[in-house]
Amino acid sequence: MISIADLKKGQKGVIKNFDSDTVPIKLVELGCLPGNQVELIKIAPLNDPIYINLNGSRIAIRRSVASKIHLEVVKS
Amino acid sequence: MSSAIKVALVGNPNTGKTSVFNQLTGLHQKVGNYPGITVEKKSGTTKLPKGAKGTILDLPGTYSINTTSLDEAVVYEVLTNVEGEHYPDVAVVVSDVENLKRNLFLFTQVKDLEIPTLLVINMADVMPKKGISINVAALEDALDTKIALVSTRKGQGIEELKLLIASYQELSTKKSFDITSIDAAYFALLQEEFPHQDMYKSWIGLAQPSPDKEANEEKKLFGKSKDDLKRLQHKETIKRYQFINSALKSTYTVDKATATGFDARLDRILTHRIFGYLIFMAILLLIFQAIFEWSSYPSDFIDAQFAALSEWVKMSLPSGMFTDLIAEGIIAGIGGIAVFIPQIAFLFLFIALLEESGYMSRVVFLMDKVMRPFGLSGKSVVPLISGTACAIPAVMATRTIESWKERLITILVVPFTTCSARLPVYLILIALVIPDGSVFGFGYQALTLFSLYVLGFLMALLAAVVLHKFLKIKGRSFFMIEMPTYRWPQAKNILYTVIEKTKSFVIGAGKIILAISIVLWFLGSNGYTEEFKNAEAIVNARIDANGLNAYSQNYINNSLAALKEASAEEGTRIHSDSLPSLKAELETRARQQEIASYKLEHSYIGYTGKFIEPLVKPLGYDWKIGIAVLTSFAAREVFVGTLATIYSVGSDEQETIKNRMAAELDSNDQPLFNLASGVSLMLFYAFAMQCMSTLAIVKRETNSWKWPMLQLGAMSIIAYLAALTAYQLLH
Repeated sequence: MISIADLKKGQKGVIKNFDSDTVPIKLVELGCLPGNQVELIKIAPLNDPIYINLNGSRIAIRRSVASKIHLEVVKS
Repeated sequence: MSSAIKVALVGNPNTGKTSVFNQLTGLHQKVGNYPGITVEKKSGTTKLPKGAKGTILDLPGTYSINTTSLDEAVVYEVLTNVEGEHYPDVAVVVSDVENLKRNLFLFTQVKDLEIPTLLVINMADVMPKKGISINVAALEDALDTKIALVSTRKGQGIEELKLLIASYQELSTKKSFDITSIDAAYFALLQEEFPHQDMYKSWIGLAQPSPDKEANEEKKLFGKSKDDLKRLQHKETIKRYQFINSALKSTYTVDKATATGFDARLDRILTHRIFGYLIFMAILLLIFQAIFEWSSYPSDFIDAQFAALSEWVKMSLPSGMFTDLIAEGIIAGIGGIAVFIPQIAFLFLFIALLEESGYMSRVVFLMDKVMRPFGLSGKSVVPLISGTACAIPAVMATRTIESWKERLITILVVPFTTCSARLPVYLILIALVIPDGSVFGFGYQALTLFSLYVLGFLMALLAAVVLHKFLKIKGRSFFMIEMPTYRWPQAKNILYTVIEKTKSFVIGAGKIILAISIVLWFLGSNGYTEEFKNAEAIVNARIDANGLNAYSQNYINNSLAALKEASAEEGTRIHSDSLPSLKAELETRARQQEIASYKLEHSYIGYTGKFIEPLVKPLGYDWKIGIAVLTSFAAREVFVGTLATIYSVGSDEQETIKNRMAAELDSNDQPLFNLASGVSLMLFYAFAMQCMSTLAIVKRETNSWKWPMLQLGAMSIIAYLAALTAYQLLH
C-alpha cells in the first residue's frame, strides 16, 4: 500500500490506516486519523524531511514516520 | 474588589498566545521559574472592567493536554491540580483562525477538566483575505462557551476579551463529550478505583507518561497494557474530532478560491536546494556582523561609563580597602558584564525575529538531514546558534527536540560553541599575543577570532559524532515541526523578548561575578604567615640590599620611554631637570608594587596558586594565571576580572589591564604572555567547561548529575591536552 512517503509534490491522499506503534500520539492528535486528507507540499533539498498539509496543519515530518502512514491517493 | 481573577492562557504554538499576553499585561509582567524545574513561568497583571483585577499566567504552547515534553507537562500540572497555587479561575484558550479545527482539540480537552473556559480566535483580521467566515453566535452555542474575536496585530478585541474574563462565572463548565463512551467497562472500573475523582481526570492521569521512567514502569494500569491505552487515546481523539467537525460544519467556512499562495512562493525561495542554504548562511553572517561590528559602539560607551563611575567612587569615598573593593572589585566586575549587553541583545533580537517570522522552522526543515549523521536533529541548529550568545538559553532551547538521544547530545555539545563569555578572554589574549597586520585584507587578529568560532562549532560536531556512536540510548527518532505561516514580526513582542532575556542574563552572570570579586579580594588581601604580616619590612630590606627587581626595572624603563615618546609627539620636550624627580616617583611606585606583589604571593590566594602551579606550568602559565583559570571555572568572563583584581590589589596605578599583562615577566625575564602561552590559554578556554550556571542547567534538564559531570570531566581533559600540546609545540 502507498504511504505518505511515496507521495509526489502536490499529490493528495486520504489516510486509510497507520502503524499505531510507530506513529506518535502527537501526530494522531494533530489529525493523523483514517479518513483525513494529506497533501505533500514540499520535499526538503536532501530528500528528507517532508513538508505536508495534514488535516489543515502544515508540518514537516521525517520519512521514517511518514512511511508508516498508509493512504489512498486522491486523483485531482 | 477582593482578590484578583486567576487566568491561565493556553494554546497551540504559533497562535499568538504570547501576543495576547503582552496586550493584556503590557509591561506588568514577571518571568520566573516553576518551583523545581526550569520551565519559564511568565505571569502578569491586567485591569479588568467593573474594577476587577486579573493575574494572567502564560502557559507554554502545547497541542494537547497529553504531554510529550517538560514544557507541556506544566500545562497538565497547572490545569489538573485543583489545590495548586496556579490553578486558574478561568482558562482562556487562544486559537488561530486558520487552524481552528486543530486548536479546538485542545479547547475541548481543557473544557472537559471543568474549568470555566473561553475561546479566543486570534488573527481575525486575516479572515477576509483567507476567505474564512465564522458564525460566532452559532459556534458559541455548539461549543457551549463564549468567543472573543481578537486581532493582536491590530490591537482589536482585547477589551471584549477582558469583559468576558471579568464575567467568567457565567461560563458553562459542561463537558463537551462523555469520556466513558470510549470504553464503558474500563471506566466503570476506574470509577471504583478513584471514587472521588472526576473520571476524565483519572483517565488523563493514567495516560500521562510521567517524566520519571521508573515510575512509568510501575504505574498501575488496571488490566490494560500500554498499547491498549494508546488505542483508547486514538479512540478518544477520533471522538473529539467528530464533535469538533460537527460544531464547525455549519459555522466555519473557507472559500478556497480567495486563499493566496504567498507562503508557497516564499517557501520556494527560502527552502530552495541552493538559495535556501545561501540565504541561511547570509543571515548567519549578518548576525555575526551585528554582534562584532555594530555592537562595539554601545559597548565602548558602556565601558567608558563604568570606568568613569569607578573613578568617581575613588574620588568621592575616603581611600582604603573598602573603596578599592567597590571601585576595583565590584564596579569593574559588573562593568565587565555590562559591556556584553549590546551583543547579547543583538543576538536575542535576531533569534526573536527569526522565530516570530516563521523562518526558524524553515531552517530546521533545511538542516534536519544535514545534522542527522552527527546524531543531531534539525532542531539542534537553533540551540547551536543560540549557544554563541550563551549556553544556558541554548540548553533550554533543546526542549523542542522530541528524541531524547538527539536532545541529550545537543545539550552535551552546546557548551563547545563560542559563547559571549569567552569573548573578553579571547579579545584580550588576541590583542596581547597576535600581531597586527593582515592577509588578503583580513586582519590576523580578526582571523584568529573567526577561527576560534569555527573551532568551537567543529568541536561540537565532532563530540556529537562520538557521543552518537557511544551513547546507548534507544528510542524512536520522532521529529515534527510546524511550518507556520510567514508573518511580519510584531515590534512589541520582539522588544519584550529582548529586554527579558538580556535582563536575566545580566542578573544571572552579575551575581556570580559579584560574589567571586568579593571572595577574591578577601583572599588576596589577607594572609596568615609571617611573610605576609611583615611584607613591607622584608621587601624594603631586599630592595635596599639588591635594588629593584627585573620587573620593576622593565616597568620604569618602559614608562620613561612611553613618556618621552608622548612628549615627542606633542612636540614638547621633557625638561631635563624633571627627569630625576620623575624617575624617583616611578621608583617609589615600583617599590610599592613589589611590596603589594610580595603580599599577594603570601596571601591565601598566593598559596593556593602556588599549590596548583605544577599542574598549569606545562601549559605555560604561572600561578597568577592558574588562579584566574581556577576562578573562571565558575564563569569564563571572570578570567579578566580576576587578573585585574590580582594585579591591582594594593596598587594605586591607573593602568589598563592589558598593559599590565603585557609587562608581566616569566622566571627568565621574558614576557609571560607570548604566542605559545596565549594560544595555549585560548585553546583551554575554547574547550573547557567553565560555567557553573550551565552545569546547573544541564543537571536540571537531564535530571541527573551524571551528564554535567561527564561534560565537566571530558571537556576539562580535552582542554588541558589541547593547551598542553599547543604550548609544547609553540614555545
